[in-house]
This record gives sequence, C-alpha cells and structure tokens, in this order.
Amino acid sequence: MSGGLYSTESREFDKTLDLTQLKPYGDTMNDGKTQLSFTLPVSASDEATEAAKQLMKKMGFENPQVVFFKELAPGFTFFNCYGNSVHAVDYTVIHVPKVTSTKMDMQETDDFIKENIGRKIVVIGASTGTDAHTVGIDAIMNMKGYAGHYGLERYEMFDALNMGSQVLNEDFIAKAIELKADVLLVSQTVTQKDVHIKNLIELVELLEAEGMRDKVILVCGGPRLSHELAKELGYDAGFGMNAYADDVASYIASEMANRIKHKD
Amino acid sequence: MQKSKLGIDFGKVERARSVARNIALDVQVFVDKYTTVAVERTLCRLLGIDGVNKDEAPLPNIVVDHIRRNNGLGEGVMFWLGNAVIETGLSPQQIAEEIDSGKLDITRLKIHSEEAILTALKPWIEASLNRIKERRERREKYLSTIGEGPRPYIYVIVATGNIYEDVVQAQAAARQGADIIAVIRTTGQSLLDYVPFGATTEGFGGTYATQENFRIMRTALDEVSEEVGRYIRLCNYCSGLCMPEIAVMGALEGLDVMLNDALYGILFRDINMQRTLVDQYFSRIINGFAGVIINTGEDNYLTTADGFDEAHTVLASDLINEQLALLAGLPEEQMGLGHAFELNPELENGFLYELAQAQMTREIFPKAPLKYMPPTKFMTGNIFRGHIQDALFNAVSIWTGQGIQLLGMLTEAIHTPFMSDRYLSIENARYIFSNMKNIGDEVEFKEDGIIRNRAKFVVERALSLLENMEKEGLFTALEKGLFADVKRPRNGGKGLDGVARKENNYINPFIAIMKGGSSL
Repeated sequence: MSGGLYSTESREFDKTLDLTQLKPYGDTMNDGKTQLSFTLPVSASDEATEAAKQLMKKMGFENPQVVFFKELAPGFTFFNCYGNSVHAVDYTVIHVPKVTSTKMDMQETDDFIKENIGRKIVVIGASTGTDAHTVGIDAIMNMKGYAGHYGLERYEMFDALNMGSQVLNEDFIAKAIELKADVLLVSQTVTQKDVHIKNLIELVELLEAEGMRDKVILVCGGPRLSHELAKELGYDAGFGMNAYADDVASYIASEMANRIKHKD
Repeated sequence: MQKSKLGIDFGKVERARSVARNIALDVQVFVDKYTTVAVERTLCRLLGIDGVNKDEAPLPNIVVDHIRRNNGLGEGVMFWLGNAVIETGLSPQQIAEEIDSGKLDITRLKIHSEEAILTALKPWIEASLNRIKERRERREKYLSTIGEGPRPYIYVIVATGNIYEDVVQAQAAARQGADIIAVIRTTGQSLLDYVPFGATTEGFGGTYATQENFRIMRTALDEVSEEVGRYIRLCNYCSGLCMPEIAVMGALEGLDVMLNDALYGILFRDINMQRTLVDQYFSRIINGFAGVIINTGEDNYLTTADGFDEAHTVLASDLINEQLALLAGLPEEQMGLGHAFELNPELENGFLYELAQAQMTREIFPKAPLKYMPPTKFMTGNIFRGHIQDALFNAVSIWTGQGIQLLGMLTEAIHTPFMSDRYLSIENARYIFSNMKNIGDEVEFKEDGIIRNRAKFVVERALSLLENMEKEGLFTALEKGLFADVKRPRNGGKGLDGVARKENNYINPFIAIMKGGSSL
C-alpha cells in the first residue's frame, strides 16, 4: 500500500461515547472524521493543495487530506477532502425550540377537532411574494399531499384553500378576511439574499396593522425554515424539511384547542 | 410508416395529432382576432424603439400606454406610428421620445392609407428583419465552421443575479462541456409587464432578461465558442407577460433557445390564458423566423401532478404545443418539446417506465430536439442519492436519443448550482453518454413487456384526453384543471386588461413576412 491512503499511525484517543464531547464519527468513536468539498479560486497546483489543507486546519481539522482535486476552469480548483475534527460540542445542554403538539393522523385530528372545537377550521395557504414555488404549499394542502401524507384538503374538519404561488401579502390578507380564516399558512422556498425573511416579516407587519395578528394562527414553512426562526420572525410556528401535512394539522388542531381553553 | 421499438400504434398517434390540430385551430380562431400590449410593444421594438425615459420606463411601454389611453390599442401601434412618421417626418424612436415628453399625440394626426403607412415604415421594418437574419446567419456560420456538441446537448443554468458573474460561470461551464447555457431569470420577472433596460447586477434566484444582458452573454459565449471549438447556445425565457417582446430581443441579439410556452404561464404563473396565447403566437412566429429552438414546459406538470398517473397529459400537451407551433410557422426541428424524469424513486420498475415514456416521446416527435428535464420533485438534499437519480436520468436520455438534456444537479432543492455542482453533473452526463453511447441501437424491448405496455397505455390515454378536450376546447380544459391538476379561469389571472380586439386599421406585416412567403 503506497500513497498514504491508509494511516498506519496508531491513534491514542478515548473511544467511549461521551455526549458532553460529541464529535463526528467515521468508523471509530471520537475519530472526528469529516468529509467536505469546496472550490478555491486559484489554479490547480501544489500550492493550491497546500492552501486547501491549511484552510482545513483553520476550520478545525487535524490530519487534513486532499483526496481529489480538479481544475474546474482556469483559476478555479475543486477539492474533495477529509479531516478529523478537533472540535466537539456538549450535546447534553442543547435546547432547540420545537412545535410541541402531539402528532396525530388524519382521522385522529378530525376527531380531535370535532370534539374540542366543534366546527371546521378555516385554513388558507399560499406561496407569497415573488416566490413561484408551489411544491411546499401543495405538499401540505393539496388533496393528494406528499409521500403518502394526505394534504389538509382531504381532512373532513379543515376548510382549506390553497391560493398557489406569487400571492401578494395584501391579497393573502384580503382573502383571510373574506373567508374569516383561522389559520394562515405561508410557504417560502426561494431564499436567495434572504428574500423570504423580508417577505415573512412584511406579512406580520401587515397583519399587525390590520389588527389581525392575534386573531389567527400564523404558520410558515419551507426547506430553509425552522420553528426557531419562525418564532423570531413573529410566527406561531414554523415547519422545515421532513414536515408533512399531519404535523401541520396536528399542530393547528391542538393550538386552536389551547386558545379556546385560554379564552374560557 | 416509421418502425417503433415499442410497437406504438402510429395510427392512434396520427389520430391524436389530428385532434390536437383541431384544438390548436380552435385557439387560433380566437388568437387571430386579438392583439395585446406585449405584442404592440414588440412591434415598437421591431420599428427600432428602445431605451427608457428619465423614470426608467421603457419607451415601448410609453408608446403603447399612450395609444391605449387614447383607446387606440385595437388599431395597433404600426397604424399610429406609420401615420406619425408621415405627418412629422420623425423616426419611430424620435416619435416615442416626443410622446414621452408630452409634445405629441399620435392618435390625433391625419390618417393615411395602409399602403402609405407600410411604405413610410419600410426602412425600419427592413432594418430589423435584416438584423435578425444576420443574427441567424451568424449562428449558421458558426455551426458550419466550428460545429456543435453531440446530442443530447448538455444544458446547464447560471443564476447568480449579476450578468457579469453569470458570464464567468457560463464560460466556465462551456469549458467544462456544456452546450447550452440558460440564464435563469430573476424570480418574478414573468409577472412584469415591461422588460427592464440595460445591464443588471441584482436579481433573486436569477438575472433579469434584458436586451443588453442578452448581448453581453452572447458576446461572451461567442468568445468561448471559438476557444473550445464548438458553438455554445444561449437560452433565455420568453414566457410570462412579455413573451413576444423577449422573443424579439432574443432574435435581435442572436439567442438560440427560448423557453416559450403559454400553457406553462397559465398553469404555473397564473397568467391569463387569452393574453398569453395571443402573445405566444407572435413570439413563436419570431422564434421560428430567428431559428430559435423553443422549449415547452410540460415537464413542470409532473412537479405538481403525479408522474405516473399523469404521464399522458404531458404527451397530450406536447401534441397541442406542436400544432400551435406549426400554426406559427415554427418548424419541427426547432421544437424542444418538454417531458421529464419525475417518477417517484420508490416506484418499483420506475426506470422502465421512464425509459418507455422517453422512447415513446422520441418516436412520436422524431424531428424535434426534445427537452428532457431531470428529477426535481424527488430531490431531497441527499446529494449522494441525487447524483444517482441524475445518472439514471442520463442513461435514459442517451438510450432514447433525447435532444436537450437539462442536466440534473446533485444539489437540486438546496441552492442554485455552484461551479463544482455543474462540473460534477457534466462529468456524470459525459461519462454515461460515452459509456452507453449505442445502447439504444443494441437493445430491443420485449413484446408485451412492461416497457411496451407502458407506452401503449400512455398513448391511449393521451388520445382519449385529447378527444375529450376537442369537444370543449383548450380554454375550457384549462378551466377544468386537465393539466397539472391546476384550474385556471378564462377571465382570471394576470394580464387580461392588456388584451384588445383588433380593429379595422390593424396592421402587422411581420406575421406574414416572418412566417415566410411574403415580403413588403
């Protein structure tokens, strides 16, 4: 074996899992093995490879290895690299805010609404602003749903309207007033230059100006959104990747029930 | 009759085609009676009107808004501008400037005959026709000297938002092996009822389509074409509210490929169907004349509707789009009809169904440079699996002889492509295209097997869908949501207020000239 593909160097480190010192795992506990790839805006050369390694050291990797490089175009070189992370995090103190409702399936949600709310919940949804992507809002709202999770339109106890894409915040609010919506769902897919943030904030501001913010459950979703970010922007909840209609439906149903309870 | 590897019943295909023809003719009866603000602005541009006023409003908009305010839209700008040229002795551009400064009302001048008007406008009409012809000849010269890459053409996008950064990315992509560079438009441009002016450096998820941006990019691609020894095509988007205007800007600047599909705008951008079908007709005439390959957007149907259940809607729509394009004089060789590799990866034998559908599309449109779209709906952020999905897509494409390969990116659903994403995707495609080059010549499909039966099923369903549509017409079909599970009302959506019925004095000589067989 030549070329240093396999390290024969014996490595002495503690191989027991310690959640206060959590590190990436390659094939041995605490080896810190990480793969990454990036492009540097210089031509391929020994110096470029060395630059990639030095950069990895600065990123916190020991034993940085460039396993592949390729000049993509004059002045741009792509690197595939491995390294051992020197950093660790304390997993035991991590707190991530989440939507806390219990997840129910479609039938359970419908039953829950009948029992606790006693009428249909009116939901309107849209991909707002200039965003032309309907994939998110369609996945949550349309009859068919996504990946086997039926959308809100299929629920007996939701009156769901999907307004589609590129809906102006003003039109969205007007429709909410017209239909006396209980819940507003906003989907944002395009995130370049934080256009989604601006648009989401604008909706909150407009709702506040209309005196409607507290009267509705305001939910946003999209691949680059999280519950934490949603709360920060003034939303009641946010759903990111791997959230389906049943997650959203369960949340809406329990939040509505909570609000009714608190009113009483 | 051509031989089918799938045992396709071409009698049924021809029946479907003639039904699609009737559906298209029914649309054309409507289209012939109307014009739109976008068509009229296109005519302004064809008469040499360009530039913006001090408020950045494009002069074609100034002129068209002026005649619209004076209830003259239905007579068309050529009528009013022709009169104005005769009465004032000014050029159309000077007239536009006079209108902008409020010094001239071209709807209050003495009226002249159509013959006198056409004679007066002849220098500008000829100038733009000649420029478009020169652009077309320039492309043809490149193709006959330095040549082009083999099919399927490798199509990649650039989308930095800054035209100068796009140039860097586009040239790099060409050097890596791309044959077509598409400059993605900024999100929302399709809904602007004007085309911005000049070079632009800011956009969201893409770069504004402007004539100057077209020129900058075409110049950069000419440079890199000569360097790499193969002609690199430039693609943009003439869809949305400025369809024909962008077509003419592309024609004037030598663009090679244009997304051009009213159905896409209706379904996915909620553009009014009357507006965009009228716009599409003139834009396709221009694209046909300029030698531009159009791409249609049927692939998108499967991003909202199910790829397995709704495959026949793609074929039905391709057949309608083919007929609409023929009515606009656009030859089959320029029809990049769309379809896609969008079946759920969890579907057992999904690859076989994809193969069946791609081969079927190839055989039904033998001359068209079919535009084949990669998986997008089921790309998840798992870049490793995504790269394999793209590999299967590439295999189907080389196997079935697709025309334009919209390369899938492993980072689809994450971000607009990095330079390295593009490299990996091109490497993937080239590897498979070379490694499996002649597989389509070697392999035949089993009688009564999964692949043949799938193709047969899709053809039959497409035919019955078209037969249903023939009874009620395309407009009603769209109202009922027959495509992409999306319903659009005939009088809803954006842009209907820009449609006008043509009046008695209406003139547009470009239609006949560009469709061929007519001169001034």
